Amino acid sequence: MTAVPTEFPAGRRFGDRIGDNTLKVLTGAAGVGVVVLIGAIAWKVIDGSTLSFSEFGLGFLVHSVWDPVHNDFGALSFIYGTAVTSFIALLLATPLAIGIALYLTELAPRAVREVIGALVEMLAAIPSVILGLWGILILGPFMLNHLEPWLQSFLGWLPLFSGSPDQKGILPAAIILTIMAVPIIASVARELFMSVPDDLKDGARALGATRWEVVRGVVLQYTRAGLGAAVILGLGRALGEAIAVTQVVGGTVNISRSLFASGDTLASRIAAQYAGFETNLQLSSLFYLAVILLVFSLIINLIAQLIVRRFEFQRTGGT
Amino acid sequence: MTQEDPVTQTDTMVNVAPIEIAQRRERPQSTAARETVFDIQNLSVSYGKAPAIKDVSFEIYHNRVTAIIGPSGCGKSTFIRTLNRMNDLVPSAKVEGEVLYHGVDLYAPKVDPVQVRRRIGMVFQKPNPFPKSIYDNVAWGLRVLGMKDNMDDRVQHALEQAALWDDVRHRLKKSALGLSGGQQQRLCIARALAVEPEVLLMDEPASALDPIATSRIEDLMHELKNEYTIVVVTHNMQQAARVADMTAFFGLEVLADKSRTGILVEYAETDKIFTQPADKRTEDYVTGRFG
Amino acid sequence: MATTPPNIDPRAAVLFQTDKRLRRRRIVNRLMEALGTLASLLAVSVLVIVVASVVKNGWSAFSVDFFTTSPSSSGFGTAEGGILPSIVGSFVLVLIATLVALPIGVMVAIFVSELAPRKLADTIRLALDVINGLPTIVTGIFIFSVLVLAQGQSAIAGGLALAIIGLPLVARSAQEVLRLVPSSYREAGLALGAPRWRTILGVILPTSLGGILTGTTLAIARVAGETAPLLFTCSLAITTSVTWDPREPVQSMPLTIFTSAEQPDPSFHAQAWATGAVLLGFVLIVSLISKFFLARSRRKLAR
Repeated sequence: MTAVPTEFPAGRRFGDRIGDNTLKVLTGAAGVGVVVLIGAIAWKVIDGSTLSFSEFGLGFLVHSVWDPVHNDFGALSFIYGTAVTSFIALLLATPLAIGIALYLTELAPRAVREVIGALVEMLAAIPSVILGLWGILILGPFMLNHLEPWLQSFLGWLPLFSGSPDQKGILPAAIILTIMAVPIIASVARELFMSVPDDLKDGARALGATRWEVVRGVVLQYTRAGLGAAVILGLGRALGEAIAVTQVVGGTVNISRSLFASGDTLASRIAAQYAGFETNLQLSSLFYLAVILLVFSLIINLIAQLIVRRFEFQRTGGT
Repeated sequence: MTQEDPVTQTDTMVNVAPIEIAQRRERPQSTAARETVFDIQNLSVSYGKAPAIKDVSFEIYHNRVTAIIGPSGCGKSTFIRTLNRMNDLVPSAKVEGEVLYHGVDLYAPKVDPVQVRRRIGMVFQKPNPFPKSIYDNVAWGLRVLGMKDNMDDRVQHALEQAALWDDVRHRLKKSALGLSGGQQQRLCIARALAVEPEVLLMDEPASALDPIATSRIEDLMHELKNEYTIVVVTHNMQQAARVADMTAFFGLEVLADKSRTGILVEYAETDKIFTQPADKRTEDYVTGRFG
Repeated sequence: MATTPPNIDPRAAVLFQTDKRLRRRRIVNRLMEALGTLASLLAVSVLVIVVASVVKNGWSAFSVDFFTTSPSSSGFGTAEGGILPSIVGSFVLVLIATLVALPIGVMVAIFVSELAPRKLADTIRLALDVINGLPTIVTGIFIFSVLVLAQGQSAIAGGLALAIIGLPLVARSAQEVLRLVPSSYREAGLALGAPRWRTILGVILPTSLGGILTGTTLAIARVAGETAPLLFTCSLAITTSVTWDPREPVQSMPLTIFTSAEQPDPSFHAQAWATGAVLLGFVLIVSLISKFFLARSRRKLAR
């Protein structure tokens, strides 16, 4: 009969508790720190903008001048540029990305699927500065000499395609943003399409529907919400891109109806002025731009994440 | 029949499904001449290297319920899915032999599977209504196929045929997912019938349902055979005895390379299969000696 | 068009009849299939075009000198010399970012999947996803206001901005693999009388190594190519010599590409392409490595 210890070594248990608590505190600090970080970013950026805000107030949002010489700043033309480039990018990227995702999940032969899927993902891995470099030196001249004149010859009667073709401007920026948004939307859409249960598709096929009819009637409907989130995520990417856009957009303070014109977006204006802010007011106005950008980005991101979470919840039945 | 078996063959046969057989005898046998819808000739299907069914040949008749029974793994599902070319969806599936539908081989090169499935509908084991309203579930096929005239009447007729109309007439716009399992399955039947097929294939349609829902589906099969050709796969022998006019018994055969494949063991009127099977394997199965 | 063969039972003849509607449905189907294929081809073509441009244009500037010397001009006129400071600088920045993001990311992952109550874990996960979607220029300007205004630019500041960007990638991958560790490991540890911290650090963490490596390499591939966060934090470096001191701003490959692309002289363009080729090659190789780690950790835990 072995003796049963009447008490466990207190020292060892104390050490265990210290270890456990230390781990909890350390990792907890890291975890909570992540949440605090977002608040800190928001706070510091807002803080940096107070000078500009006190000077211009909310009128900054509808003021379309950016004049460092006279210390007069406003965000309107950049809000416009952001809106137009993002909108066009999404308009082009969404059908492309959904088409790619459908091809990868419904059409492509097995062997091809993995390869093309990997290639599309590689597109997302290209650093934006390299896309911008390509945009400046290759896409730009192509647009100047070929694409924009061609568009103008067919659609020049639209104010969208008026004005003289240029190698920098809203259109090249929008195209680069499209290239960036497509892989993001496509990879989310692909996962969504793969999650559609086979027996649901079988039910449609057994009625004598063609492949496209099955996609249109069952697959797209089933994944509607998630696709919305995917597009919103793509929008977030397009909104926040500073480098590639600033390289090709022309960097002028301009609101024009023509897509050939140059302009600027919120992110790219901030990026463009990194070396050249002269006054505190200008710097603070850059922060003000960052606040606007941050607000847009946070709203969009939160909406997308909430949709994704709701969709997951629905799909897994709450587990 | 082994020497240890004390019971005579006839006694054992009747013991299996006495009530079902008796009930069948009460129903008037269809006296119309048998008309062939499917003439299956030497049908073999394999998935890549693995054989699923081998050399199956028999005929399926119009206005009859034909049951496909047999132990699991003997290719019953594979077989029924060949009848409407649903196996096309499995890339590794290889089909040899002929499936003649009114004399035309469904696997002939010029035949479009989309058209085949229009004429030969299918209901699946797990009810799979679309995440749409009840009305739209039935109407979807009609819209796609361009049968849009008198849509409301068509939807109602299909739901009546599936014995679901009274249950849902007041909530046609509600989601189909709110229906019970048995109702969802009847909705799937209505959906299949709406596009006016000639044949209705049913792959274990009641196996996911409770007994009451099951018996409603079985009653339905009995009524539908007056207008359609019904082929039903079932792992429940008693169900086959209850509903089927003809029964095909599939068994397993071990090939030379130790792989197993499904084969047609016997095909006859249901009565005969259950009371006087010609093949010993059939006898073993229906008496419950295996499977 | 298929015509009905003669002597066919009318019921089967239906299989061959094609009315206008069926023809239209088939055409629409074909069209949609073609569009999907085209879209994929377009995406692949763009990838090929961009990569080919970078390789073709950058190849001509490659030489031993390119990798081992510093630029001899100050950035005006024509480009001379190599990009050694940029390569070294990128290395320093990525190293700092990894040294910060890796441990913190793992700690966050441990907290979220092992220790945190459900609601807090969900909030932190949401926060990680939000940080992942933040415009990187905002991250850069944040570090600018925290560190640079007071102390000037430095590789540390740049590295910290990059760390914020890489953190969600490390944390997410680590989390995913922690979730896959069977609970039997945890139970076995507890049943032996070991305290939680020993089980986590000694058993669960090593098992999740694959996922942590995946996340780290993903983060490295991502931050190596980032330019925006460096603009306000680490862009005013001396271009003609190599700097190892993290308290000073350093050159970096993305920034070199960014500034060289703007120059009018084609020699700078060539330099930009060549730097781009190096950067792209590095990013793609590291991405492939991350996929390798991912596959391996999936295989290990699927057993």
